[in-house]
Amino acid sequence: MATTTTKRFAATHRVAGKGRLAGSAALGFTFDGQTYAGVQGDTLASALLANGVHLVGRSFKYHRPRGFLSAGPEEPNALVGIHRDAARKTPNVRATVQELYDGLTAVSQNRWPSLAYDVGAVNNIGSPMFSAGFYYKTFMWPKDAWAKIYEPRIREAAGLGVAPERPDPDTYAQRFAHCDVLIVGAGPSGLAAALAAAESGQRVILCDEQPDVGGALRYESGASIEGQDGWTWAQAAAASLLARDNVRVLTRTTAFGYYAQNMVGLVERVTEHLAHPDLTTPRERLWQVRAKKVILAAGAIERHMVFADNDRPGIMLVSAARTYLNHYGVAVGRNVGVFTANDSAYPAAIDLKKAGVNIAAIVDIRDNPSSALVEEARSLGIEINAGRTVTGTDGRLRVSSMTVQAKSGGPARKVPIDALLMSSGWTPSVHLFSQSRGKVAFDEPTLRFLPGIYAQDCISVGACNGADSLDATVDEGFAAGEKAVRATISAKPKVDKGETWGGGMLGASPGSGPEQIVKAFVDFQNDVTAKDIRQAVREGMRSIEHVKRFTTNGMATDQGKTSNLHGLAIAAEVLDKPIPAVGLTTFRAPYTPVTFGSIVNHAKGELFDPTRRTPMHGWEEQQGAVFEDVGQWKRAWYYPRKGEDMHAAVNRECKTVRTSAGIFDASTLGKIEIVGPDAAKFMELLYTNPWAKLEAGRCRYGIMLREDGFIYDDGVVGRLSDHRFHVTTTTGGAPRVMHHMEDYLQTEFPHLDVWLTSITEQWAVIAVQGPKSRDILQSLVDNIDISDAAMPHMSVREGTICGGVPTRLFRMSFTGERGFEVNVPADYGRAVWEAIWEEGKKHDVCAYGTEAMHVLRAEKGYIIVGQDTDGTVTPGDAGLDWAIGKKKSDFVGIRGLTRPDLVAPGRRQLVGLRTKDPKTVLEEGAQIVDDPKQPIPMKMIGFVTSSYWSENCGRSIAMGLVEGGFGRMGETLHVPMPDGVIEVEVCKPLFFDEKGERLNG
Amino acid sequence: MRKYSVFAIAREAMRGHKGWDQQWTSPEPRKDYDVIIIGAGGHGLATAYYLAKEHGITNIAVLEKGWLGGGNTGRNTTIIRSNYLYDESAGLYNHALNLWDGLSQDLNYNVMYSPRGVMMLAHNVHDVQVLKRHVHANRLNGVPNDWLTPEEAKEFCPPLDISKRARYPIVGAALQRKGGTARHDAVAWGYARAASARGVDIIQNCEVTAVRRSSNGHVIGVDTSKGFIGAKKIGVVAAGHTSVLMEMAGVRMPLESYPLQALVSEPVKPCFPCVVMSNTVHAYISQSDKGELVIGAGTDQYISYSQTGGLHIINHTLDAICEMFPMFARMKMLRSWGGIVDVTPDRSPILAKTPVPGLYVNCGWGTGGFKATPGSGHVFAHTIANDNPHPINAPFTLERFRTGRLIDEAAAAAVAH
Ligand SMILES: Cc1cc2nc3c(=O)[nH]c(=O)nc-3n(C[C@H](O)[C@H](O)[C@H](O)COP(=O)(O)OP(=O)(O)OC[C@H]3O[C@@H](n4cnc5c(N)ncnc54)[C@H](O)[C@@H]3O)c2cc1C
Repeated sequence: MATTTTKRFAATHRVAGKGRLAGSAALGFTFDGQTYAGVQGDTLASALLANGVHLVGRSFKYHRPRGFLSAGPEEPNALVGIHRDAARKTPNVRATVQELYDGLTAVSQNRWPSLAYDVGAVNNIGSPMFSAGFYYKTFMWPKDAWAKIYEPRIREAAGLGVAPERPDPDTYAQRFAHCDVLIVGAGPSGLAAALAAAESGQRVILCDEQPDVGGALRYESGASIEGQDGWTWAQAAAASLLARDNVRVLTRTTAFGYYAQNMVGLVERVTEHLAHPDLTTPRERLWQVRAKKVILAAGAIERHMVFADNDRPGIMLVSAARTYLNHYGVAVGRNVGVFTANDSAYPAAIDLKKAGVNIAAIVDIRDNPSSALVEEARSLGIEINAGRTVTGTDGRLRVSSMTVQAKSGGPARKVPIDALLMSSGWTPSVHLFSQSRGKVAFDEPTLRFLPGIYAQDCISVGACNGADSLDATVDEGFAAGEKAVRATISAKPKVDKGETWGGGMLGASPGSGPEQIVKAFVDFQNDVTAKDIRQAVREGMRSIEHVKRFTTNGMATDQGKTSNLHGLAIAAEVLDKPIPAVGLTTFRAPYTPVTFGSIVNHAKGELFDPTRRTPMHGWEEQQGAVFEDVGQWKRAWYYPRKGEDMHAAVNRECKTVRTSAGIFDASTLGKIEIVGPDAAKFMELLYTNPWAKLEAGRCRYGIMLREDGFIYDDGVVGRLSDHRFHVTTTTGGAPRVMHHMEDYLQTEFPHLDVWLTSITEQWAVIAVQGPKSRDILQSLVDNIDISDAAMPHMSVREGTICGGVPTRLFRMSFTGERGFEVNVPADYGRAVWEAIWEEGKKHDVCAYGTEAMHVLRAEKGYIIVGQDTDGTVTPGDAGLDWAIGKKKSDFVGIRGLTRPDLVAPGRRQLVGLRTKDPKTVLEEGAQIVDDPKQPIPMKMIGFVTSSYWSENCGRSIAMGLVEGGFGRMGETLHVPMPDGVIEVEVCKPLFFDEKGERLNG
Repeated sequence: MRKYSVFAIAREAMRGHKGWDQQWTSPEPRKDYDVIIIGAGGHGLATAYYLAKEHGITNIAVLEKGWLGGGNTGRNTTIIRSNYLYDESAGLYNHALNLWDGLSQDLNYNVMYSPRGVMMLAHNVHDVQVLKRHVHANRLNGVPNDWLTPEEAKEFCPPLDISKRARYPIVGAALQRKGGTARHDAVAWGYARAASARGVDIIQNCEVTAVRRSSNGHVIGVDTSKGFIGAKKIGVVAAGHTSVLMEMAGVRMPLESYPLQALVSEPVKPCFPCVVMSNTVHAYISQSDKGELVIGAGTDQYISYSQTGGLHIINHTLDAICEMFPMFARMKMLRSWGGIVDVTPDRSPILAKTPVPGLYVNCGWGTGGFKATPGSGHVFAHTIANDNPHPINAPFTLERFRTGRLIDEAAAAAVAH
């Protein structure tokens, strides 16, 4: 890393007495390995310029050498990689925005082997071939060459920086904020708006992407407000705002997206400017601000002139050169040319001249520029070439001359320069307005798109609204602030003196028109020239969206901030249509690129997606359980003992359950309580089964359909009392079933007096299954008679267990064994589980996991919704016709069930499958055919839904959905696998205890 | 149509590219046409092209309310694959995949079909069951789709993290090597150019506002922002706005329209070789030829015709991307946008005749119809020309939602893009 050995202001292009950084601490930094000196308050751009460095990047397509175009976020050229350490590397950072810190390491991009000697620059020589959209017209022969030869090379050549390869170690934060007034932009209009709005005491948020407030006052040397120079006033205004507790001022904060209902996304760069960020401080912070009123004070963006070779390093916007001089104290050249179509260039020339920089010439395309500024420039002895144009420049890695000619042609003159400033006027920044779905309107006299019809409660003020003087800007801002808070405030800041910024031109400048074959760049980063745009139009692209996509104009990382309007004007000229008739491309969020990290912020690692654990999770871990992900839940999959693999563990667990008993954590099952006088009516409508006559204290297996008649979910439902049902759902289905129920209750059955409450997490569920289950629970229940007589299969009792723990005790079974499910409040889950475990040990129980649960239920042919059904299965297909209330006249899905195809023969039906070789276990998802010898594509008649080794049966077992399966009992079918065909016999999906005696055994 | 080739470019380079023909013309509508296609997206343009090329019908207009290719065709993440579960879908999407291969040559327009491989990740037992079901069905349908171990997946796509660190570790993957991407604009433009060359009128900025029918119910034409235009047959291919158009003809469609969002990052040097999709983590990603990471987000929860979706959807998507690829946290979102997708109850398209004589509909592609563009246009052209579906699209009827003969790719829990 660089050290700060260099002396203060050692930099060659720093002008003594200029700028606001005098007295700031010296900083060292490196660019492409070379060490440089800068000062606190510099951007990387200003620091490089202070050292006389203009060459900073290469363009996307032609690899042309590029310098700094701007001093702000609109920068298309000066993109660099910033490396803090091996893991902290950010590509494509704008050097014009990156604040300097001591030790900053920056590297140039998209060049090889070096920035000054880039092999890719051969593209520039071949550039006549690489015109707009050339790649659509070639690389087609031979057929496979595109993917094999051309595309890989194009990909290598494309791209700018290098993506980081290591996980990002930084943290990010986010805040949600509400306010009465959000003001975007802290230039004079935004500050005035904030001062007015703040006075009312209402909640105000003011944000600006720059490190300081002030906006254009940063470079406008001619502004004076309230008797102070503009910049000083702005800082004082900010201080007074900061002192209020109803105002939040966010600097280094970009409003990047304007969403529905006045929600604006901001991203605050918190540590990006620090040399040694505290690792506990978030690097960036996302703000999602919901504002009653939004005031957009986003200013205007200067446009370049479009002329031949306008892209050489050293050629930049007028406002940029002025910013570097007046704020950073840096002269961008020693012999500077100026090319302009409006007055804005003059104050720059004047400022530079006064700072001792030679102004080689001002070239003004206007025939008779006349204003006080023009006069002032003239009086300073600056040469003004009115009615002339610049037709070209020279210089490989830095501009060395400009060619000046009359607009109508004639003799040309080369003027030596080392920097060239240009301005074709100002584009109001309507991006956020447009994102808010507001409609812009073209203002013919000023050639600008301005806010037209508003779609949300917002207002644009200042330069982004077309104001073109400091006076008007402050007025508009203040008035909007007053209006936003509906108050009259007296303390309006008084503008003593200010600048104006109207006028200018759009499109290619004279001398770079359609008749010339020159590279007059419109979009610098993407290397789009005026010629490309004309070509696109000639090729039939009439819509500006086509022109944009065909040429890629405006699609670079600067999103066309400087290029869009030029492109539009050139297209309109060729089409011979007025600009608004060609249209404006959509402004899409984000305003400037936003890191993924800032949007993701906290939602990573543990917080990416909550991990749901049951109350017994810790115990299961201690027992060495292996877990599986089921939705967000971690479920114990199996409990291997020493030396056991999964297979052995599952076999043992399955055996144990059927010989003594097993306990199983069923807490993840969805649970919903349905309460109210109409609870039974609601159940009748949501489930296929009848419920009205189900007695309190009894349970029933319920099936729920979608409107279309297909199975949606299932589960055992206990009726606790006349008006109260305890519904269970599948683990994965819990939220969706809850929504489904709410949806119907609110939209279809609002007349029913019913409440739905999700109780999944309130109750821990311990399944105790097996012949010994009652013996185990017998001694633990306090006041519930669990004898067969008092509590038969499919009943539910409320009472207490383990000395006073409330329980809802279900007698039910998903194993085919006598079984119970003990529901206890989640906080007691582990204690009760352990009590049952202790008691169970006396009976040789085991804990079993989801895998054994699956095998045991498959042995009995119990389905799992989502595994044995897939959303195309009716109750009839699943062999569950019995669960449909035959006398019912209505339930969700009843009409769907009667549709012709749902009652047609040949539907896929759920059957059992026995492999001919009992040792072969089928693969779930494997397909079933009748004739394995048929050619591909084969006619598939079904597939395997569930398949396991069953230790209890001593063979493999499987279930599958097979066309007309119920009628195929005993038939042999085939499962063609890549390594051979497996023969299976269709059977009933019931492999164990066919009579079902064990439920009570 | 003057042929595109490297020689043509060289010739034009000598004269400043001033001699290129218009890729398509922009004519004023004629009084009537044999066939009107409503919607100049990829599917509509492809339909017109194949009608002209294979059925000799050239008196066709494609009417587009905005600019051609400006709908979902120009907004999608361009994933191409054919490893769908059901035979009907496999038939349709594989037909398209076969046409992709060679489409550039057929159209003489480089659509940049790039079979870089589409990988779908499995993160849990259920994913494995579902993806294996696809792999097996695909194999027997002749649709290549391989099952990979996590190690094999990582070898194919090195940025994958197959460690146990992840919230949802990768336990396997299905890979369709012939899957990949294509350049969306080029598809629209290539079909437009080729159709235009065969005499098809593509009429942009021409919104259809009513569908006119004779007393016997047969279509006779449409009212548009450019006046009435007569037609013997009308094909509606309007994606998210299909139900609006069909309503004009008195047909109520089983469609819901949602905004679906996508985003790209700033361009970077090649760092991601294929397409990766994860249904469980809700992420899909690829890298464009330009170097941008192309990332698809989800649909909003509510139906709407607003092309701007909420930030929370983008948020959720990037959460997932950075969870799977934590090195991308310093990448920057450059652009985000939305399109209106038309979703059927079974997530499969409708390519069919309608109850209105002379009216045909091609819609319901939802979040995943780009990949089908050539196949869809091809069989839809057949359907219109013969007033009868091609065997490949015969199952994709409108009636199936009444009869229940669904092709339920959603139920099969596949990702839909
Ligand atoms: C964000 C996003 C990502 C996607 N990702 C993928 C993907 O990775 N892979 C994939 O295969 N698919 C994807 N899709 C889906 C895919 O884009 C679409 O299924 C497909 O492009 C549809 O093509 P189309 O021609 O039918 O529709 P469109 O391209 O939308 O064309 C329909 C046209 O109809 C026009 N129209 C509508 N109403 C009228 C009217 N009244 N009069 C005249 N014209 C009218 C519209 O302006 C539009 O141009 C994605 C979609 C989106 C939105």
